[in-house]
Amino acid sequence: MHYKNVWNEVPRPEVVKTPSRFRRGMGKYAVMLSEACNNCLKCVAICPEKVFEERGGKLLPPHDHLCLGVECSLKSNRCARNCPTSAIRVGMNPSTRAMGDKRWTADLLMSTWYMAETGRLPKTDLEYRTGDSGGGFDKIRFRFPRRPPRPDLDKETIDTSITLNKRNDSRLKIDIGFPVYGGGMSFGSISQITMLSRIRAFAAMNSFTCTGEGGYPEALYPFDDYIITQVATGLFGVREETIQRVKIVEFKYAQGAKPGLGGHLLGDKVTEAVARIRETVPGSSLFSPFPFHSVYSVEDHKKHVDWIKAINPRCLISVKVSTPTDVDMVAVGSYYAGAHIVHLDGSYGGTGAAPDVAKKNIAMPIEYAISKVHNFLVNEGVRDEITLIVSGGIRTAFDIAKAIALGADGVVTGTSELVALECLRCHNCESGRGCARGIATTDRELTGLMDLEWGSRRIINMFLCWRAQLREILYRLGMSSVRELVGRTDVLAHLDYNKDVPDDDIRKPAE
Amino acid sequence: MPKKYHINVANTPHRFPLVGRSGIVDWGEGCLKCAVCVKWECVYDAYRKRTFSPEIMADTIDQICKDCFRCVQGCPKRLIHKTLNPEWEALGDDVFTPEIITATWNQAETGKIPVSGAGYGGAYSGPGFDSMWTDMSEIVRPTRDGIHGREYISTVIDIGRRHARLRFDAEGRLESPALPSVRVPLPIVFDILPFGDLSPAVWKAMAFAATRLGTRMILPEPEARELNDHRDALVPFLRATTTDMKWAAGFAMVELEDSADVLDMTAALKQANPNVVVCIRLAARSANIPRSLELAEKGAEVVHLVADTRGYEPGVDDGVHLKDVIRSFHAALVDKGLRDEVTFMAGGGIAMAEHVVKAMLCGANLVTVDIPLLIALECRVCRRCVEGGDDCPVEISRISPSWGAARMVNLMGAWHNQLLEMMGAMGIREARRLRGEQGRVMFFEDLEADTFGKLFGQADA
Repeated sequence: MHYKNVWNEVPRPEVVKTPSRFRRGMGKYAVMLSEACNNCLKCVAICPEKVFEERGGKLLPPHDHLCLGVECSLKSNRCARNCPTSAIRVGMNPSTRAMGDKRWTADLLMSTWYMAETGRLPKTDLEYRTGDSGGGFDKIRFRFPRRPPRPDLDKETIDTSITLNKRNDSRLKIDIGFPVYGGGMSFGSISQITMLSRIRAFAAMNSFTCTGEGGYPEALYPFDDYIITQVATGLFGVREETIQRVKIVEFKYAQGAKPGLGGHLLGDKVTEAVARIRETVPGSSLFSPFPFHSVYSVEDHKKHVDWIKAINPRCLISVKVSTPTDVDMVAVGSYYAGAHIVHLDGSYGGTGAAPDVAKKNIAMPIEYAISKVHNFLVNEGVRDEITLIVSGGIRTAFDIAKAIALGADGVVTGTSELVALECLRCHNCESGRGCARGIATTDRELTGLMDLEWGSRRIINMFLCWRAQLREILYRLGMSSVRELVGRTDVLAHLDYNKDVPDDDIRKPAE
Repeated sequence: MPKKYHINVANTPHRFPLVGRSGIVDWGEGCLKCAVCVKWECVYDAYRKRTFSPEIMADTIDQICKDCFRCVQGCPKRLIHKTLNPEWEALGDDVFTPEIITATWNQAETGKIPVSGAGYGGAYSGPGFDSMWTDMSEIVRPTRDGIHGREYISTVIDIGRRHARLRFDAEGRLESPALPSVRVPLPIVFDILPFGDLSPAVWKAMAFAATRLGTRMILPEPEARELNDHRDALVPFLRATTTDMKWAAGFAMVELEDSADVLDMTAALKQANPNVVVCIRLAARSANIPRSLELAEKGAEVVHLVADTRGYEPGVDDGVHLKDVIRSFHAALVDKGLRDEVTFMAGGGIAMAEHVVKAMLCGANLVTVDIPLLIALECRVCRRCVEGGDDCPVEISRISPSWGAARMVNLMGAWHNQLLEMMGAMGIREARRLRGEQGRVMFFEDLEADTFGKLFGQADA
């Protein structure tokens, strides 16, 4: 395989099949071959899902993550029934129980991997919409009308773009291609390849990615127009020059996973390269303080915004805050300070390292905050002049659509892209050499586990599948643009409050 | 400003191999003997470091493995699998969950706050303390940076009765007498262990730990008599049948079982030693709130409400959680104008550091802990000892007191830092101010009613 120099190029938004980097994908089912197999290769011809593949007349180990399950295998025209030596047996994959957690169940991980490999929804019975957390998005469902209200809509042209500058000011007018942009993940917490894979994938979708608080590596320069740079409390790697490079600057006041606490990059991850960009010393832990010690009021906050606006006269300003009880006041304060985007990061959001006590307990889940802030801004009469972006536990296309229906304009994601890169949430990003799967690490050997083209493709595939799901949802609701969905809580139901909520699986055809 | 309180922790390894969350299942049959086996490529060197543990008569690989699944995906014949460990899943109960027990073990070993990568992976909310989120300060209310030592956050609590107001005579001299109090540097007092493979060594470990931490431990009278060397840390618990008040009056703080005579017993103690602080222990039942209030009105210094080991009303079917009992009693005290005068300790079912903060936000002045101290000694909450068995799987009765104390100090060190994190995020610099600060806490019921209740509540009604 020849590698092009793709480092500087925005990839095309098209699906390219991109299988697992590791020898075998993980699926819900395991296809087992006994010693009785005589390489007759009948199964290769029989299985429509291409679970079986031969090379040089020999059957390769089955791609069992593509397998549709036990029932399929036992059909009269399928593998188990037709194997002349009865060597094929399909069962549940015993390892899936040890994978995932309540928010990202094994099903959600595997369905996201499937999307990242194929760009399509899994055909198996894998759950792809919700996790098992027992609240919030996981209990909200769409109520699709029995028949699509506007069958004339062309699914392919349903508009998924949103606008990030709703103020009538002289600054850039920016529309992004789908209602998602990338959350801040710093160089240091993730590898440069992971960082560039995300940036290139978001660029392919005509959207943005945030640098996080870790400086602006030179490798990112070709993508300046797709990058949001972050100004956070540690000011690591923040220079006038970096602020002037970009179209959007984000103030990070707080992070949902550790609201009210500073950032912390453990010494092990501060390699030479990381230290150089952050202008620090290799091997020593880096703390971002909390809060901005120059901001103790909304007036101070306005000074901050004005400062950046003066340095970069064309950029948009995003203000990233967490979700305390008075999140609505914080949001409206940001509006009056002149921000274009208010970005709420809910308490169940991602992180490279945070105390468990903070991740679980501090600040409210995003589901409540969206509704609270949206309604407050509507009542204040300023909702139309500010873009409300939310994050903190957005995992799937359904989460995106639900967040928008609750009142957001768009969302920010981060963990999902890492899952597309085969993260399985083992929660060890922070320790030792970092991620054993080469995603959230700066270790030389481990970063070598992934190449850029593969990474970009996996994420693009997932995004294209998300966009197709969003269009299907909008189609079923009779909407021609995702902008029509904002605040439409009437299309949602909640399992704790509503009875007879229909299944909203879009794999089943609409009537 | 008092000297900064710091708990010195030191790594104190466990005696027995831990029960891990998942296990590697490794079928040898059909192995191709690849030139480079995936086992050699393990990032954590788990396959090289594994040994055989004679204590558990099993392999130690599951303690080294960190669930990266690379060998599972890498083995060409798929001979390696990972599964949840049924022994781990069976640990504890619905309150002391396997996750909490594992996290407690780690804190007792290292003294460090549990930190991990990736976002929270647990349930959206849950019963008891899991239906609360604490607040944080943003932009308009400064937070406090206690954990990195740049700002001073005090966790000191004074236990005892306080005057509602001071009285002065015509010349402006203070008339109100000084009231006795006991000061603890963190809002945690050790409580009587409700079960366990207990031995004098265990009580001694607790006494060592309480002494080193500067806090107190409540313990049954017979055990207290054995530990005379640690008198400063002890709070003997006297049954209603006790008649010898003289011995107990020698302590700075004494706890009494509630009974009809409890105020007379208090008076007797006070007569023998006017400086003793007397605490009255009652079951944390809603039905006991009027009685608790009556005691407060009659001058009780400290009311200690204790829930069952799971944190619910003792002996009540479908009883409410401790947090609700705390809120009711706190509200009742506020209502009577007595809240500042009495100290309210709450205990039972306090399983994690966050429960300390949450119990205080609900209205307690401080909490008492019990089972987590046992878990620090490697207890698996299997409750075999409760059923009368003498086969504790981790032989707690045979610990050395200094090892046990180090583990408990580590756990409290980790908890203390977590308190600082949560208080810092709220912008609260004084643990005393946490008491009943319900504006800094968000309850699941309230958030639901405000948002989803309004949006979806009427739809099907």
